[in-house]
Amino acid sequence: MLAYVIRRLLYGAVVVLGVLLFLFVLFFTVTDPDDVARRALGEKALPEVIEQWKANHGYDKPLWPWQAERATESLLYDHFRRMLSFDFGRSDADDAPIAERIRRGMGPSLSLTVPLFVLGLGVGLALSLFVAFFRETYIDRMGVFLCVLGMSVSILLYIVGGQYAIGKLLRWFPISGFDLTPELLPRFLALPLVVGLAAGFGSDVRFYRTVFLEETNRDYVRTARAKGCGEGRIMWGHVLRNAMIPILTHTVLAIPFLFTGALLLESFFGIPGLGAITVDAIQGNDFSTLRTMVYIGSLLFILGQILTDVSYSLADPRVRLG
Amino acid sequence: MQAWVISNLVVGVLFAGGIALGVGVRRNRLWREATGELARRRPVALGVIALFVGVALLDSVAWVGGVEAGEDVVAVLEAQSVIDRAFLGFQEKSYSAPFAGAEFYGGARLAHPGRHPLGTDILGRDVLYLTLKGARVALLIGGLTSLITIPLALLFGVSAGYFGGRIDDVVFFVMSTLASMPGLLLLIALIMAMGRSTLSVCIALAVTGWVGFCRLARGETLKLRELDYVQAARALGVSEPRIILRHILPNLMHLVVVTFVLMFSGLVLSEAILSWLGIGVDGSWGQMIDRARDELSRDPIIWWNLSAAGAALFVLLLAVNFVGDAVRDILDPRTLRENL
Repeated sequence: MLAYVIRRLLYGAVVVLGVLLFLFVLFFTVTDPDDVARRALGEKALPEVIEQWKANHGYDKPLWPWQAERATESLLYDHFRRMLSFDFGRSDADDAPIAERIRRGMGPSLSLTVPLFVLGLGVGLALSLFVAFFRETYIDRMGVFLCVLGMSVSILLYIVGGQYAIGKLLRWFPISGFDLTPELLPRFLALPLVVGLAAGFGSDVRFYRTVFLEETNRDYVRTARAKGCGEGRIMWGHVLRNAMIPILTHTVLAIPFLFTGALLLESFFGIPGLGAITVDAIQGNDFSTLRTMVYIGSLLFILGQILTDVSYSLADPRVRLG
Repeated sequence: MQAWVISNLVVGVLFAGGIALGVGVRRNRLWREATGELARRRPVALGVIALFVGVALLDSVAWVGGVEAGEDVVAVLEAQSVIDRAFLGFQEKSYSAPFAGAEFYGGARLAHPGRHPLGTDILGRDVLYLTLKGARVALLIGGLTSLITIPLALLFGVSAGYFGGRIDDVVFFVMSTLASMPGLLLLIALIMAMGRSTLSVCIALAVTGWVGFCRLARGETLKLRELDYVQAARALGVSEPRIILRHILPNLMHLVVVTFVLMFSGLVLSEAILSWLGIGVDGSWGQMIDRARDELSRDPIIWWNLSAAGAALFVLLLAVNFVGDAVRDILDPRTLRENL
């Protein structure tokens, strides 16, 4: 068991190094620091100004260790050392410290994504159980049709439409804005939550329904039926519990991404979270913030994956330690 | 070479490829039955897709030359597609409502009253024209990305599954690295690094999208290589490239088709999100929606831009999703077995 955990952790560490190398290739060689400087200063910036900017941001070193006099004097070394020690440095766009910005964005992001995740899972499971209970009837077919309908609408239309219909015509909730005080928070979060739920339900319900239907064809369901269990009891007691394994694998892996925030919802509803920070970074050509966000996202994902794998091997005797 | 020449060549290649594909499907009994079944189950959705493809093709055939626009003959220096020519000179000065005779704000008389069935946008361009042009962009995104994704994923997935060992380790490592980065963020990072162009959007979508199919192809190959006929071929001394071409790849083809159709709607939806973030492809429906986001807060509101782009996107994706479901049901052996 311990050997498995250690091996899993080591592989995770190797993947983290792979991510860092990928980010380095992307952000230091595909667009080299000269490009970054030119995008920050404008196309017609003088060479001296560009050199000055690079020196200020610590980009005035050779890219690879073998180009430098000492291996530690290269950008590759800097990149790995900083990322691994969580010293993210300053933003390319406005020199603000990135770590501080991320700390401030975490709260607003989580206040949106956690309720969205919990409600989405609850509503999705309830709806899909309902549909699966009436399998091969008109209710089922109608449900699947609605799911496909929902999946074909772009999230942009949900956002614009929701804002217009609920915020502007009905005036139930403010169109955008944010406040972390407990009295005001629900009012500001309601609209993004409704829109986020509507945008996600189609594919979720369809996926859960497929899982449930697969379970209803199993032998234990037939056995339960043979010994006289009611359909409701089979659905809630047997199928739901067994279907939770594939569903949890699917959902647990989404938890790490709650921290990176909901990009579109945050930027459009004016929630100052990590998603909005990322959108600002895109619009401001802020490469250092962008690569930090990608790095943090993948770090959390890899950690989440290891935790899921390990907890499975503890909880489910059928999972072999490979 | 100029873009319009390439575009014409692509149309020619597509026609030739389409005919070759049709002949190939006709010859093979299994594929013939599958396509027949698809046509029986989803005639309307297939028709809708054909309509969009037709519009996209009309917008791809272009040539340089004089154009008649109303009463005037306009000399055209840049190449114009069939769709461009149909709408040439339909320019107004600002917003006008569908079929309106006058401008929406101010009420100045239009140059072509009553001839804009979907109205005009802020620059006076015909919205029907912009919507039709979006079809080509959407199909280009889906098609070009799949053209990059599927061969790459097949190459890596099949070699990882078939040869195993070191190759498998490397492919698996690359897959876990790419899969561990949040999808949308990775997409954005790639486009930001490569610069903003249609090709870089497609490459970015391909880099983020190939992992899923590669994993699928690897798993199937692992299963296939243990089957008796593959073992027999190996025992007879058939070379490895030949086994892969003759015995492995044909048995992955149904997965290629299902993946292609199911991937398509995701790609178009992702492009819309990228347009919203300002890094999408020029002329897409996503950009139309992006431009229209402030128009709902005007008073009186401008609704036709958003509705036209949104409806076109919705109808195409709905048709593709319905066809995709049917294709999966027909080609996926597991579902087939359950239905028999």
